[in-house]
Amino acid sequence: MEGFGHSWLLLVEWSPPLLRGFLASLQIAALGYSLGLMIGLTGAFSKLYGNPVVRDLAEVYTTLIRAIPELVLLLLLYFAGPALINQLLTHFGRVPIDISGFAAGVLVIGIVQGGYSTEVIRGAIQAIPSGQFEAARAIGLSRGQILRRVTLPGMLPYGLAGLSNLWLIATKDTALLAVVGYTELTLATRQAAGATRSFFLFYSAAGFLYLLATFASWMVIRRLQARIDRGQERSA
Amino acid sequence: MKQTRQIETAPGFAIVLAGRRIPGHRLILAVIFAVILAMIVTGLDWGWLGRWWPEIIRGVVISLLMLLGSVVLGFALAVPLGLMQLSPNIVLNGAARGFCTLIRGTPLLLQLWLIYFGLGSLFPHFPWIQESIFFPILREGWPFGLLALTLSFAAYEGEVMRGSFASVPRGELQAGKAIGLSGWQLLRRIWFPRAFYQALPTLVGETVLQLKSTPLVATVTVIDIYAVLYQVRQETLLTYEPLLLLAAVYIILTGILVLLGRQIEMRIPGRRPSPSASSS
Repeated sequence: MEGFGHSWLLLVEWSPPLLRGFLASLQIAALGYSLGLMIGLTGAFSKLYGNPVVRDLAEVYTTLIRAIPELVLLLLLYFAGPALINQLLTHFGRVPIDISGFAAGVLVIGIVQGGYSTEVIRGAIQAIPSGQFEAARAIGLSRGQILRRVTLPGMLPYGLAGLSNLWLIATKDTALLAVVGYTELTLATRQAAGATRSFFLFYSAAGFLYLLATFASWMVIRRLQARIDRGQERSA
Repeated sequence: MKQTRQIETAPGFAIVLAGRRIPGHRLILAVIFAVILAMIVTGLDWGWLGRWWPEIIRGVVISLLMLLGSVVLGFALAVPLGLMQLSPNIVLNGAARGFCTLIRGTPLLLQLWLIYFGLGSLFPHFPWIQESIFFPILREGWPFGLLALTLSFAAYEGEVMRGSFASVPRGELQAGKAIGLSGWQLLRRIWFPRAFYQALPTLVGETVLQLKSTPLVATVTVIDIYAVLYQVRQETLLTYEPLLLLAAVYIILTGILVLLGRQIEMRIPGRRPSPSASSS
């Protein structure tokens, strides 16, 4: 309302905390996503090749993740998790630990992403033509070699779309940390907007940064997909 | 580990319940979960439930109203959004695509806070809003929460509807035109019903996901189940109980939604028609 010059000044003035928040969001998303991929691989292998008990436990995990809101999981991990761990630690005579907002964020995003990526990876592995495994066994590859040379590269063409979608969700889920008071991009924006009363200016700026992350991810994903699809059969 | 192997290789170990064979390892898991549940129920402090249950019920109702309202209104917006994205008109098409990208590319919490704090900050500039009969409603958080949830659902489902509108075989629409249906009749009798049934399983799944988004409205003063149990947590200073109940409520609500969804999906007439039947 006070004109463009004023808005630009405000943006410049508040850009350091906003950009710091943006960086924190990206870091948490990247670490949480990586953790989620590891959990997802473990979960997918448990569901596909585990014994009945492991398979059931993996099923319970993915079902719970799909039913409990991320925000509630975040509270559980942020408040109840450390309390439980510290109770156990003091019980065994150890020093209680303190879980940071950053660590809780990475853990929650990792655990949530793990639930969804379990399903994506499982589906992708099942989509690999079984002849490839038979061929690998026929030429005498060991289990580890099959995993490294057939399963992991083979699932990528089928799993990339789902896994990239999960990455986009991870970047947006970091905003939930604002609710428990961790200053990532959304909370930094709220603080800037509250202090200056320029709500639309700062929320639009933050929206622009999130969209920037999304578009940059799209470009990377497109190149990855093109690379991975080399040598794949084209479906007419 | 040794024990689980033993169970796996014991083929005879299973009981039959209501005509279904239940493997032994699952029985043991069920017993372990029952013991954990019993420990949670008896070992923790649930005395506060007596005083709080009316608020808890009210919170669940508010959460469900937020879900129902945003799904119904959001779907009503998703249908035109889907059609607009298929339109040859550059303005309509661009506007719908732009809206969907904008909403899908930014966090719901950011949108919610923009709507709540941003719109709220505009009201003092417009005296006629403050004098209108709607103002008492606009001073509460729920219209903003409902609006943000609705726009979000509309954007995601707009994409879904675009896909399912596009997947309706052209021949069916041409047949409709051939028997002289007007554009509106064509949409109402053929294009929309076919696309809707196609999208229904996805929509059911997305409704479950939408339930998981509803607790965000607690950050704009709506007293949903999340807000109620958060308040319990702060007043009773209990660490585990309110959060465990909160998780349990969402698990139960999700279970109910999934069961309802299955009932609805079974009513879809002529699911998966053969391609030859639909294109001839």
